Amino acid sequence: MKDPLNIVITGVGGQGNILVSEILAKAAAAEGFKVTVGESYGLSQRGGAVSSHIRLSQEFQYGAVIPAGHADIIVGFEPVEAARAAAALGHPGAKIILNPRPVYPVGVLIGGQAYPDPDELIKTLKEMSAEVLLIESSELASLAGDPVVQNIVMVGALAGSGYLPVPQATFTSVINAVVPERALEMNQQAFQLGFDAACAVKEKAKA
Amino acid sequence: MSWKDVVYGKPGEKVLMNGNDAIARGCLEAGVRFVSSYPGSPSSEITETLGKAIATFNLYAEWSTNEIVALEGAAAASFTGLRAVCTMKSDGLNVALDFLTSMNLGGSKGGLVLVVADDPAAHSSLKEHDSRILARAAQVPVLEPSTPDEAKVMTSWAFDLSEEIAGPVILRSVTRVSHSRGIVELIEIAEAKETAEIPLGQRFQTFSIFHMKARDRLQLAADIYETSPFNFFEGPENAETVLFCCGSSYLYAREALKLLGLAREVKLIRVGTTYPLPENFILSHLRGAGQVIFAEEVRPVLEESVLLLYARNAAGLGNITFHGKLSGEVAGARGPACGEMNTDILLEALAKTTGVQYTKQGYPAESLNQLVEKIPPRDFAMCPGCPHRASFWAIKTAVAVDGHDGIINGDIGCYSLGAFTTGFELFDTLHCMGAGPGIACGLGKLKKFGFNRPAIAVVGDSTFYHAVIPGLINARYNASEFLCVVLDNGATAMTGHQPHPGTGFNAAGEVTAALSIEEVVRGLGITVEVSDPFNIEETAGKIYKMNRLPGVKVLILRQLCALVAYRRERKKRRVFVDPERCRGEACGCGRFCTSVWGCPGNIWDPATGKAKIDEAVCAGCGVCAKLCPAGAIIVEEVD
Repeated sequence: MKDPLNIVITGVGGQGNILVSEILAKAAAAEGFKVTVGESYGLSQRGGAVSSHIRLSQEFQYGAVIPAGHADIIVGFEPVEAARAAAALGHPGAKIILNPRPVYPVGVLIGGQAYPDPDELIKTLKEMSAEVLLIESSELASLAGDPVVQNIVMVGALAGSGYLPVPQATFTSVINAVVPERALEMNQQAFQLGFDAACAVKEKAKA
Repeated sequence: MSWKDVVYGKPGEKVLMNGNDAIARGCLEAGVRFVSSYPGSPSSEITETLGKAIATFNLYAEWSTNEIVALEGAAAASFTGLRAVCTMKSDGLNVALDFLTSMNLGGSKGGLVLVVADDPAAHSSLKEHDSRILARAAQVPVLEPSTPDEAKVMTSWAFDLSEEIAGPVILRSVTRVSHSRGIVELIEIAEAKETAEIPLGQRFQTFSIFHMKARDRLQLAADIYETSPFNFFEGPENAETVLFCCGSSYLYAREALKLLGLAREVKLIRVGTTYPLPENFILSHLRGAGQVIFAEEVRPVLEESVLLLYARNAAGLGNITFHGKLSGEVAGARGPACGEMNTDILLEALAKTTGVQYTKQGYPAESLNQLVEKIPPRDFAMCPGCPHRASFWAIKTAVAVDGHDGIINGDIGCYSLGAFTTGFELFDTLHCMGAGPGIACGLGKLKKFGFNRPAIAVVGDSTFYHAVIPGLINARYNASEFLCVVLDNGATAMTGHQPHPGTGFNAAGEVTAALSIEEVVRGLGITVEVSDPFNIEETAGKIYKMNRLPGVKVLILRQLCALVAYRRERKKRRVFVDPERCRGEACGCGRFCTSVWGCPGNIWDPATGKAKIDEAVCAGCGVCAKLCPAGAIIVEEVD
């Protein structure tokens, strides 16, 4: 494994960024990594762009901010935010997992700013990066029972991608511990749907 | 949930927690008995977590009305010999400063720790205060942790230090410590004093003669700091280049040195006790250095202190070149002494000062530019279904109809977004908590100088208790004229929905007497009315009417925060667009629901040329349905 392994979880405030970084970091910590996570709370969560930086290392405690060009894995809950994180932190070897469903910025809704064609944006990201996995996490979350759990679908996709040295069982045991009882079944289902989707995309790419 | 690890975690366990939870655990491990706070990012989770510890440990925790009341309460507990902590964001220290500067002269008894969380780069603030400067003004010692684990250990030690010097101690955190997670090792919860007592005749007072006590206390702290394990160095014993750092900058400095291959060549000095300076420790590392670099957030506080020390000892130290914020060489995108520190800033500064080559990683410039061109900015936006959007629209409408160029004085909370596109750029002024009514009160007295624009102050419910009441009293007493609109959404929403005096419950989750805003206002002899902002026409009408009345008036716009409402009910109304009724571009409304209203739930479908509701995002408030001129938006009750 590359050390440190730097992961960005990015999206729009309210998409459940913090729960995902908590699950991922706890899973990595359970595997014995020295983990550091930097997160955004408060005002930055109010519809703005949010990202969590997660840094895994066997030897060293790293700071909470990934240096420019050092992000190895980008998990984007929204295409423009994935692109923003890639531009600031990515490099040609970076791997991206992406929910292609746009959440329009207020400047686009009110006019004056253009939202890029998602297909073109994804094409550009594919050209620039080592790998891009498209996961329709919002749709899969609706299948699991609520579009809100798209974040957990993306955790499943990350686990299924094989990008991390963390086994599936570690993720599921962390989810069982952090998700409240009443929502557990839906979250487990969301995780599994994301896991399977990532495996399917990887299979298809191989074929 | 990390709070469970804080409360139930066993000694020896290594758990992942954020800096704030680690600070909370540090308080418990030190045997804290009294906890008080006014919430503010990035500090809020400390008291939130300690509130959850009340049932398990013998302690008291409260959300106070504001920071000075919070600190006075904590000091009272300290006077009785108990250990007390008071937590706040950097802005809060301004509010508490009058008492702090007074109390610090007389001193305290039981360990008294102020945790002040600064927000470099103002991620969730309007300003990026460096509270170390106020600590110096108040002559209170400062500790600066670099990681969550160290934050826990330092917090516990801060109580010991406070008791040793018989005065308060500030633990200065920053966003990247408070809101970062790391592995924290737990120890046992201390058995500390549980009996509160002030022996008859023991007094705690402030007189200028006690200024000497504060000065001597600082000297005592400096002496203790000299042998503190929180000050240490890494790398070679003797080095031409020495890097001084503190707080979160320590981890950035280590990473930058590693990436540049300089870890064996540059001496890294981590100062954990930044005020007062451990002078002998610093001097020992200045000796033999040819150049010194500083890494800290936000202002050059450590840098200035070290330079002053050098100036007093230059004869024995020889020529040293200093690189930092003062020389302008350690600077990010905002220039020196503004914004956060990070590894990239230090990579650049170290490469420049040591002559080592560093090639920036990332995509080739050409493809990067192509990508960047496509990315639109994402401004802050109020949540879907946020009642503030309806309130702002009602104010905007009423002011337009009134036609006297009403001037809007904003305040601090989620509704600060009234200054942004999402809030229709409604606010003309925006400063600090309570400033809205204060400014409106001043503007209301300027008629004799020809100022005739009616003032409308916009404040939140938690802000009302925190800082608005004196402004209203002033307005009534001095016969000023303005309308104060209180956006009552039933929570301190911005910082994570903490309770406040109007909510009817406290930090422990117990039911308390809810203090009614309208009763307070009536008690001041001020006219008050209440409206539901989701009844947008009626609300705009009330604003219009009250704005034209003489004197000071208060209008409460009451509607639960959309996030709280969603959590409580989870029952949503389905909102959708009837494509038969939506006339699209031909309507003449100018795509009102998307291009003006600006709720993330209202989107435009270019395929059909008609409006659409993003049902995955929509909170079901239904306000857009009331505003659509074609009546094309339908609201359906869902079981």
